[in-house]
Amino acid sequence: MQLTKSSSISLALAAASAQLLSNGAQAEETNQWQFDTAVLYYGEQDRVTAVEGVINAKKDFGDNHIFNGKLVIDGLTGASANGAVPQSTPQTFTRPSGKGAYTVAAGEVPLDDTFHDTRVQASAQWTQPLSDTLTGSIGTNISAEYDYFSLSVNGSLAKDFNRKNTTLSAGLSLAYDTIKPEGGLPVPFSSQYVFGGFNDDEFEDQDDNGIDDDRDEYDATRAKSSDSKTTVDLLFGITQVINRRLLVQANYGYSQVDGYLTDPFKMVSVVDNQGLLQQNLYENRPDSRTKHSIFVQGKYAFDHAVADVSYRFATDDWKIDSHTIDTRLRVNLGDGHYIQPHLRFYQQSAAEFYRPFLNDGEALPAYVSADYRIGEMDTYTLGLKYGMPLNGGDELAFRLEYYQQSPKNAGFDAPGDLANLDLYPAVKALIFQVSYHF
Amino acid sequence: MQPSVEISKQNDHICGRFTAMASPCEILLEMDCADADAIIHMAAQETLRIERKFSRYRNDNLMHAINNSDGRPVPIDSETHKLLMFADTCYRLSDGLFDVTSGVLRKLWRFDGSNVIPTQADVNALLPFIDWQQIKFDEDFVVVPAGFELDFGGIGKEYAVDKVAQLVHTLSPDHSALINFGGDLQVTQPRQHDKTWIIGVENPLEPGQAGKVLQIQSGGLATSGDTNRVIEHDGQRYGHILNPKTGYPVEFAPRSVTVAAQFCVQAGMLATLAMLHGKQAESFLNEQNVHYWCIR
Repeated sequence: MQLTKSSSISLALAAASAQLLSNGAQAEETNQWQFDTAVLYYGEQDRVTAVEGVINAKKDFGDNHIFNGKLVIDGLTGASANGAVPQSTPQTFTRPSGKGAYTVAAGEVPLDDTFHDTRVQASAQWTQPLSDTLTGSIGTNISAEYDYFSLSVNGSLAKDFNRKNTTLSAGLSLAYDTIKPEGGLPVPFSSQYVFGGFNDDEFEDQDDNGIDDDRDEYDATRAKSSDSKTTVDLLFGITQVINRRLLVQANYGYSQVDGYLTDPFKMVSVVDNQGLLQQNLYENRPDSRTKHSIFVQGKYAFDHAVADVSYRFATDDWKIDSHTIDTRLRVNLGDGHYIQPHLRFYQQSAAEFYRPFLNDGEALPAYVSADYRIGEMDTYTLGLKYGMPLNGGDELAFRLEYYQQSPKNAGFDAPGDLANLDLYPAVKALIFQVSYHF
Repeated sequence: MQPSVEISKQNDHICGRFTAMASPCEILLEMDCADADAIIHMAAQETLRIERKFSRYRNDNLMHAINNSDGRPVPIDSETHKLLMFADTCYRLSDGLFDVTSGVLRKLWRFDGSNVIPTQADVNALLPFIDWQQIKFDEDFVVVPAGFELDFGGIGKEYAVDKVAQLVHTLSPDHSALINFGGDLQVTQPRQHDKTWIIGVENPLEPGQAGKVLQIQSGGLATSGDTNRVIEHDGQRYGHILNPKTGYPVEFAPRSVTVAAQFCVQAGMLATLAMLHGKQAESFLNEQNVHYWCIR
């Protein structure tokens, strides 16, 4: 055997040995890119339908220096409640863009059917050890829609104690969001102008050519073309391994949002004592919101199952208090197959400025919104996931969930005709997801 | 099936002992390693799994199916495919000196103390069935022609050491462990506080006596030797390393070669290749830039 060839045998054997000893479960340690992809369908009955595609790529560059990149694209179509009350007669609304109108049938909760948007979201995160017991992570996130743009950066530190049985963590996230809806932002409390409606004064609006020019009235309801908000999130957490089967985690979160927090597409109706609509006013929310949340979670490993139970309490200075209980039980069926039932309950109280409608003649409050999403509400989710292994360590999973939002009357008496109409209809949705890990 | 495992606390480590692959097997774990009992039991189970799957002394396993397939394709899993790939690499790196089809020679060469050597005619009759290049395989199937046999005996124990080391490291990533199967061994990672694992290596010339004491910090170590597996005939000593090209034991091979390398399976192959080089064993090892101990 020649010398040159012979001396390379040791190296070739080292490579061959590493190859021999590699296996699927160790893919994370062999510095391969790992991908998670998913397609999700979310469909509300008669309302919003969304389809979302997600691709997540992760790579360990060695010694736990981990890059994680994620791209989400979703398409949204359908209708959402515009905040106005239903009436016993058909109603007409101007589209938020000011281009055209839509009509709502008698007795129906007014839904704005203009809703369609595509959102692209991209994020990148880098995590690495800073010492034996300290791990640092930084990341950024960009989300863009036709009329919305969000940019955020985040950083966190995690410190291990007690031979890695205890981990303390602290994180900070800063976000800057801008909104620029087509047609601009409405003037708060301005009355929605309806083309050809009861407040369309045709004679005055004829311009020199004798053509009806409604733009002036519409424009008068518009303030500026765009606005922004900033968000600061702080999170402090502790994770404790109790024993080899039980792990518990607790977090405290603080969130401070400042800027434009109003929903420019939402209105609140003014009704008379017969419950008849007088006008629809654009809503107005405070320009800051401070939120505190407490989260506790326990994960328990049985011989063939893992239970995951968590509770979250959140409270904010809009006086929305919420409770969430989330439970998952992953049952291993053998050979890598598993099923995972999921149960989630959520309950929130109404914001102090939430009003399902205003009464004609009353003084206007400083802030008001009829958005059911900040009213009193219960929601629950019922789901099941099934996962199966594929060749080479890949995994395919299916998730089907039923989600229901049940808005509640937070103690408002509906006058006259309104009492006969459903002001708080439930929103029911189906979620179906297929995910593939390779 | 649960192997019989004996666990004891030594002064600075926990020791698990069991017997598998015709060898005394030891798993040493650092003292403060949590769940030591469970880890040792899982290690023993993994050892038995590999032994059961690849032993050629059973008639109910994959190897039996492969060696009695008479040229029909036999479905294999990825673990078997990787072993075949490794065997292929070793065959090419050794210019055909390491050949996992040479196991058929065991029918003639019985290193069991009977001291019978086969006739040249018997050897000649078997040589046509020793040729790795006749074995066809891909990720899903292996085709072994009638009369041919595969024998992973030359790498099986070292492979088991490394697989068990890998498992123990996954179960206890923050602690060092030493896996020692009859002198073929692997350290999962360096011990805390710069401590080393201290092991005794038997001198083949003095079996049963405590031989050299080695300190090992990381990596693998393997020995190829003919301590007990020899045939003495007419004053001639025949070691158990057979040359697949002649069908006879390699002449002038050292009594024992021990090699240190990153992986046990790599060390074992270097030791075996050194033996196959006979007289040139030391010069072969010198070219490899590895630590070795050669006894003649």
